[in-house]
Amino acid sequence: MNIQSCVEVRNEWDIVKARQSGRNIAKELGFGTVDQARITTAISELARNIYLYAGKGEVSIERTETGSKVGLKIIAADSGPGIKDIRRVMEDGFTTSGGLGAGLPGVKRLMDEFTIDSKENEGTTITAIKWLR
Amino acid sequence: MDKLIIQILNESRQRIYTMWMDEMDRVREDHRLQSITDATYEDTNKELFEIIYTHIEQNVHKPTERMTEFAERLLKVGWRLSYITQGLQTFRRIILAVLLDADHSNEKVFNMYDEIDRWIDPIINQLINESAKNWENTVSIQKVALQELSAPLIPVFENISVMPLIGTIDTERAKLIMENLLTGVIKHRSQVVLIDITGVPVVDTMVAHHIIQAAEAVRLVGAQCILVGIRPEIAQTIVNLGIDLGQFPTKSTLFKGMKTALEMTKRQMIDLDE
Repeated sequence: MNIQSCVEVRNEWDIVKARQSGRNIAKELGFGTVDQARITTAISELARNIYLYAGKGEVSIERTETGSKVGLKIIAADSGPGIKDIRRVMEDGFTTSGGLGAGLPGVKRLMDEFTIDSKENEGTTITAIKWLR
Repeated sequence: MDKLIIQILNESRQRIYTMWMDEMDRVREDHRLQSITDATYEDTNKELFEIIYTHIEQNVHKPTERMTEFAERLLKVGWRLSYITQGLQTFRRIILAVLLDADHSNEKVFNMYDEIDRWIDPIINQLINESAKNWENTVSIQKVALQELSAPLIPVFENISVMPLIGTIDTERAKLIMENLLTGVIKHRSQVVLIDITGVPVVDTMVAHHIIQAAEAVRLVGAQCILVGIRPEIAQTIVNLGIDLGQFPTKSTLFKGMKTALEMTKRQMIDLDE
């Protein structure tokens, strides 16, 4: 079975849409309530970052597999301004928007795998995976 | 409208009717009307056809009352507006074909096109406008209704109020929460406010940030916030995110929060012994 979904993020309601489809897929894959909450929160953070900093982008959520492991993969992509200093945005408490500055480092802790690919003025793609235990 | 056109249309009414009905049967699935009985579909088609024809006879360039009523009635039971607009467009295509059957000069043909367009387009436009207006109206009414439900502050005991939050918190709602909290705290002279987040599905950094800000603002006006209704999975995500909610007390349930609030205002709940 091929489980996946892709949500375009343009306004605040799309964030809700993205995390709802994330929660559904997580449930279908058999994640427990705590991991479901982690995944939904991570999607919420990533989608909000797109909405806040890039204006628009895409969040895709799909099932992924390596060897015997099954997991859920979130890909948040935009063609916004990009991240200037990746090391700094991964520091707790660093923010450019007056928020808590816990978003990206938080997502990294919520998920099992986390990669940022960003070029200034070209955009950002963040991939995060949660493995099913 | 040109008398000649009306004459032709009236003469070939039966033919137009058959052609139009055939065409409407073919597009039925496009409007997701398969679940409606054949008889109802045919009756509705017949009625629409009648209405379109009365437009010709009365020579009006906007939807008659009967047409708007008909449209409203269909929309109310869940038909799509596209059924009517396509009905009109199909009608246009067919009558043009019928009109051009006879030999006409180029100029005449052009005039006919022009006349028919001027006749059908305003009807379609106004129908679309009205239905759009209807939707806008519904959306704005629901927005107001949602706002009223958004962030109620309930005075439960003297000096103790509760704000139960249910559903997603977005920026607009966060503002309302803050406003209602502060005005409510002052109006009800609350010393303790319990914010219940049992019904909030996701607590991400933005939601946490808004709650922290609201609690801080409440502290500034001399009251104290207690955050209650933190479900276990929410507690874990908050810790994972690294959000510090240490500045104000938190409790798992509203009941425990209420107990603490009573203690803070020097009261307590006791069982009555008979």
